[in-house]
Amino acid sequence: MSAVLFDVPGPQAQRRARIGAAVAAVLATVLVGLVLWKLAAEGEFESELWEDLRQPNIARAIGQGLTSTLSAAASAIVLSVVFGAVLAVARLSDHRVFRIPAAVVIEFFRAVPLLLLIMFVFFGFSNLFSDYWSLVLALMLYNGSVLAEVFRAGVNAVPRGQSEAASAIGMRKSQVMSSVLLPQAVTIMLPAIISQCVVVLKDTALGVIIAYGDLVFQANLIAESVNHTIVPLALAALIFIVINYSLSRLATWLERRFAERGRGGAGGTGTADLQLDPVRGGAGD
Amino acid sequence: MDTLVENRAEIWEGFRLTLWMLLVSGILATVLGTVLASFRVSPVGSLRAIGTSYVNVFRNTPLVIILVLSAAFWPTVGLNSIGVLGYSTFVTFAVLGLSVYTAAFVCEAVRSGINSVATGQAEAARSVGMTFTQSLRLVILPQALRAVIPPLTSIYIALAKNTSVAAIVGVPEAAYVMRRLSNKFTSDVYAIFLGIALGYVIIVLVLSGLLQLAERRLAVAR
Repeated sequence: MSAVLFDVPGPQAQRRARIGAAVAAVLATVLVGLVLWKLAAEGEFESELWEDLRQPNIARAIGQGLTSTLSAAASAIVLSVVFGAVLAVARLSDHRVFRIPAAVVIEFFRAVPLLLLIMFVFFGFSNLFSDYWSLVLALMLYNGSVLAEVFRAGVNAVPRGQSEAASAIGMRKSQVMSSVLLPQAVTIMLPAIISQCVVVLKDTALGVIIAYGDLVFQANLIAESVNHTIVPLALAALIFIVINYSLSRLATWLERRFAERGRGGAGGTGTADLQLDPVRGGAGD
Repeated sequence: MDTLVENRAEIWEGFRLTLWMLLVSGILATVLGTVLASFRVSPVGSLRAIGTSYVNVFRNTPLVIILVLSAAFWPTVGLNSIGVLGYSTFVTFAVLGLSVYTAAFVCEAVRSGINSVATGQAEAARSVGMTFTQSLRLVILPQALRAVIPPLTSIYIALAKNTSVAAIVGVPEAAYVMRRLSNKFTSDVYAIFLGIALGYVIIVLVLSGLLQLAERRLAVAR
């Protein structure tokens, strides 16, 4: 409930809210019930479908798909963080030779749909990369560019005194960046990085375009073999929702912890003043 | 290069479809997202629960799954041919899927926009006797709208890029054209990629330019 919108409701308003809640709940239940009833009437939940889904080879296929999805996502995340850090350092550099190419790379890969990148790496370097590496590298190019901007914001959010102090005790510019600014930026931006993991995990599903055997690919195969689409795909969706929801809860929890530590003032990293992206996962990409 | 020039008609058709999907699903997602946001800030508990579940479900599901499910779901519940303006039923299903997915993000953006309005504004509205609907419509939403434009800009940009996912369910938009051409003219993959990518870059630049313009138009001294 938004504090902006209401005063504390009185007894009458509370009663009205309760009646409204009941009506809305009934309407929603009826709507969902109607849809489920219609799906059942069309035979989407037939008992032989569940028999099919209980077969051990189907469970194995889903397990394999999940493993493929998670391993691609894990490699992609690690590589994206490294690639993003390199790009961010280059973009923050004092030298134009590094700054301008980094900016071009970041802006280009952020503006091009990931699906195009996946197809390009796959078709363009087909003798060099397997489907797995095509997917991972495309994910790295896109998410690395997004993370580069996250890191840059993080480095800029580290209080100026930190880099001044580091310079004052005689550190070189590269030392200031690698041992003072980046470690703090990564810590501050940890919630944003975890949110990006959710994006990466969702985006591995785009591997179906090059027939990478991820969870969605396997779910599609199962759907074809049992001749029903909705249940197998909904099952895959459920697995994604559970993992991603847990990840985003972790991100929120970390964000709150950092905000509290920042307010305590002992660490003095100033995280409390930092505007972290309030909308998790940003914009749906 | 020649491949791009020779197939310009097909590429142009692809981008027209991309733009059409962007326009329609952008509008639908904005409407649905705003309704959901009003659910999420309403005093009615079950509406809040509906809004929250919607956002958690659709924001955490890969778009591919939503598009595949959308193509299977609508015909099953009886919507069999709903081609709009000469575009096929497949396009409509993809547009509905994109809208449903994007609405979850619009909802969050609008909700944080509403929460960014200073409490005093709403208190003032209430103290002059406005009802909930009046204060929302006349005082809070106009101000929230301004706070919402920057996040909405990135949502629309993401949507423009996400229309490419419809290629997976067989909608012949720009990414689909790229796959077809890459399969057909294997020696020209680099030029094809750069050409189609440039199209998307232009869409993204124009979109963010337009929304920045809107942001400046709507800006008021506060």
